[in-house]
Amino acid sequence: MDLFDIVLEPLSYDFMVRAIITTALAAVVCAVLSCWLVLIGWSLMGDAVSHAVLPGVVLAYIVGAPFALGALVFALIAVTLIGVVRNTSRVKEDAAIGIVFTSLFALGLVLISVTPSQTDLNHIIFGNLLGVSIPDLIQVLVLGVVAFAILILKRRDLTLYAFDPVHAHAIGLSPKRLGALLLGLLALTSVVALQTVGVVLVVAMLIIPGATAYLLTDRFSRMLVIAPVVSAVCSIAGIYLSYYLDTASGAMVVLTQGVVFAAVYLFSPRQGLIGTRLAKARRRKAVALAV
Amino acid sequence: MSTPAILVENVTVHYGEVLALDAASLSLDTARICGLIGMNGSGKSTLFKVIMGMIKPDAGRVLIHGQSPAKARKEGGIGYVPQSEDVDWQFPLSVRDVVMMGRYGHQGFTRRPSKADRAAVDLALDRVELSEFANRQIGQLSGGQKKRAFVARGIAQGATMMLLDEPFAGVDKRSEATITRLLRELASDGCTILISTHDLHALPQLCDEAVLLMRKVLMHGPPEVVLQPEHLAMAFGLDVLNRDLPEQETANQRRLSKQQDWS
Repeated sequence: MDLFDIVLEPLSYDFMVRAIITTALAAVVCAVLSCWLVLIGWSLMGDAVSHAVLPGVVLAYIVGAPFALGALVFALIAVTLIGVVRNTSRVKEDAAIGIVFTSLFALGLVLISVTPSQTDLNHIIFGNLLGVSIPDLIQVLVLGVVAFAILILKRRDLTLYAFDPVHAHAIGLSPKRLGALLLGLLALTSVVALQTVGVVLVVAMLIIPGATAYLLTDRFSRMLVIAPVVSAVCSIAGIYLSYYLDTASGAMVVLTQGVVFAAVYLFSPRQGLIGTRLAKARRRKAVALAV
Repeated sequence: MSTPAILVENVTVHYGEVLALDAASLSLDTARICGLIGMNGSGKSTLFKVIMGMIKPDAGRVLIHGQSPAKARKEGGIGYVPQSEDVDWQFPLSVRDVVMMGRYGHQGFTRRPSKADRAAVDLALDRVELSEFANRQIGQLSGGQKKRAFVARGIAQGATMMLLDEPFAGVDKRSEATITRLLRELASDGCTILISTHDLHALPQLCDEAVLLMRKVLMHGPPEVVLQPEHLAMAFGLDVLNRDLPEQETANQRRLSKQQDWS
């Protein structure tokens, strides 16, 4: 079997085509968002929001509302609760996040256990990449495109918010509103990624690509290109691997991203552990040769 | 009498139970450079935040050129140079990117830079002598250059007032002189400058006036008067007499203690 067949064979199944489109889209949107999350230090917040949307999604399923609506409501509830617990008790922020998101996640699990459903709601937890239906695909497409468009159009404001919220305030912008916008987009993006890798692994898609890109460049504008490209390539590679190795698809996608991060961490010419040493050795050699 | 550039009237701020500012009042005229002196916790940062409108005072009011801080912010008049430790120097932005952020208030929905914006940024970079470093990542500048990059942001913004938080921390003597000259130039162009600082050495060359803050404004006058040891002692406690003072002040103080010996 040559490379051509390896690439084409899975595409003969409709469900694989849908899986690849959904994943690539989710990967791109998550990766773009992750650039800000890793720079602001909101990784834990990403983890929290992506878990806390679960009860919202289940409730939306029960009443027949769009998943995104339920997710947004619960993302908002989670962020508010975290703020309340942090500000009105001696509990620190990381503990507040831990308490709120695990409790809401547990609430979601309880709701799933009492909800009779045709589609297995457990798929929300671990993702159901290979079972993406056409309506699912459309929903992911619409939400993904909306989130992506807002992120790209407001990228400069969001970067200013991440870098220097005080200056944002000083020139008459509202850091509060920008922060809320980013959180809203986080909730929206979580819903997009739920379909593919599930609640538990969404956070990987929301952190790893941004972190990988951050190790590769000193320019935010380049991060916004590197992160989605790397993420999309990893995700598609992950699906192919899961197809041929017969492994869990969502998990394989995340694993591929993790492996690529590890490689960049070690070999990045700017920041990598080994990469920087190699570059130094090369420079020394060049100097030695010149002398 | 003309409208003061900054007017702070009887401003009181609490953080929970803690009193941060206690009926502080301050009036600063246009194109003056004012040094804000006080210990940690004396309310310097709080006063900055009140002037920028980040904190609403519990009592009192703030006017910027006779307007509310919110209006002044919208007009892009307030430039801010943050304390070094408040900045993420690893952030993947170039010097030019940071200076361009000064233009955001003048730009449209997506902040796409126009020709005029680029020109303003180039001009500002030139003014602070950082043109050749424009494409460096901000963390790869020296302490003084970092400060100048943020001053350039204020210049590009067209700020008529600049607030600088500890601009001389981690800055060597030569850069300190460069920054001082730059700020003096800006002031002579009509920019009002308020500087919070621990660095009492730099004040007489830099400032037209100085303010001694200890939750309230203890004193406001020419730097050479405010910096007299007996005045500083009000804000810092007595141990300040033995350190952090300009040569001349230490001499004053020696004279003072001699006089006390004689009496």
